[in-house]
Amino acid sequence: MKIEVLGTGCAKCKTLYENTKKAVEETGTAAEVLKVEDIPSIMKYGVMSTPALVIDGQVKFSGKVASVVEIMEMLS
Amino acid sequence: MLKTFADYFVFQVVGLDAKSRLGGALDFFVYDTVKIFLLLTTIVYVVAVIRSYFSPERTRRILSHNREYVGNVLAALLGIVTPFCSCSAVPLFIGFVESGIPLGVTFSFLVSSPMVNEVALIMLWGLFGWKIALTYVGSGVVVAIVAGMVIGRLRMERHVQDYVWEIKVGAAEMQEQTFREKLDYAAGYTVGLLKKIWPYVIIGIGLGAFIHGYAPEDLLVRYAGRDNPLAVPLAVLIGVPLYSNAAGIVPVVQALMEKGLPIGTVLAFMMAVTALSLPEAVILKNVLKTRLLATFFGIVAAAIVIVGYLFNAIL
Repeated sequence: MKIEVLGTGCAKCKTLYENTKKAVEETGTAAEVLKVEDIPSIMKYGVMSTPALVIDGQVKFSGKVASVVEIMEMLS
Repeated sequence: MLKTFADYFVFQVVGLDAKSRLGGALDFFVYDTVKIFLLLTTIVYVVAVIRSYFSPERTRRILSHNREYVGNVLAALLGIVTPFCSCSAVPLFIGFVESGIPLGVTFSFLVSSPMVNEVALIMLWGLFGWKIALTYVGSGVVVAIVAGMVIGRLRMERHVQDYVWEIKVGAAEMQEQTFREKLDYAAGYTVGLLKKIWPYVIIGIGLGAFIHGYAPEDLLVRYAGRDNPLAVPLAVLIGVPLYSNAAGIVPVVQALMEKGLPIGTVLAFMMAVTALSLPEAVILKNVLKTRLLATFFGIVAAAIVIVGYLFNAIL
């Protein structure tokens, strides 16, 4: 599983990245978590409000910081 | 009821004299703090629910079907309800211009979104009544429409950073949230926002209370009153570096008005604080060349000054 956290580097984006890593750890999912900061890669997904979470190429949500529990639900 | 509570607390429990400066200031502080936090919690929650129906992605779809003029008006109105934090300004800007939304229409959105702030709107409503609240929204929307139209007419496309035009924007397939998820999102958003802005609100109310209790009436009016023609541009200049949350600036605005400053000057100050911030300029520098950035700031500042004079003249 490939998880990407899209965000230009603001505080919210960092929080989402941390939450995602925690969620992956908690669930024991075999996934690599990447932080995508460069604009062209973010735009490739059509996302305009950051942070956003992409799991295996599918945009799960954009423009909010999901909690660890919420992300864990998305992983299962 | 809140007023009774504040009066009781300050004059009976603490035992201050209602006519003293400290008593007046503390009464103002307690009353405003309780009232504003009650208002904020309720209204931010309601607005967050409404906003969950207007994603930037949906706004982009709506605007891409509209050309100039109608587009400018729509963009200014959508700017009020579409959620967008300043750190998303770059992807949002690229997403808009790439889908064929004219530059001027994009700017109408970029001006209206921070300037017509729903938190400020409801706080103005609570503190001054609906006339001033609507004046604020109306003039904000007009400034956004006019600024966007002028920028559109100036044909400044080549002053957008070159790389912007080369980016290809993909079509996002986003999952639609259920109503339950929207409510959860709104609750989370409200808690997050309150956590972030409460110090600004307290500082704002504290400043307001200080002005209310201590600032001599004639001093402020002498320097920034109706008779000083430079008061409006000065208020705008002072407002730019003061990057504050709208929630923090409203109590200051309330106190300034009580001291007799004219409404246009005060509105201009408030708009400058929310719409012309230096951090926003730094972020926008990523997509705009200096000339367009300066033009953008210049036009919005000019529009705000005109609105200030206009309201001083008619209200």
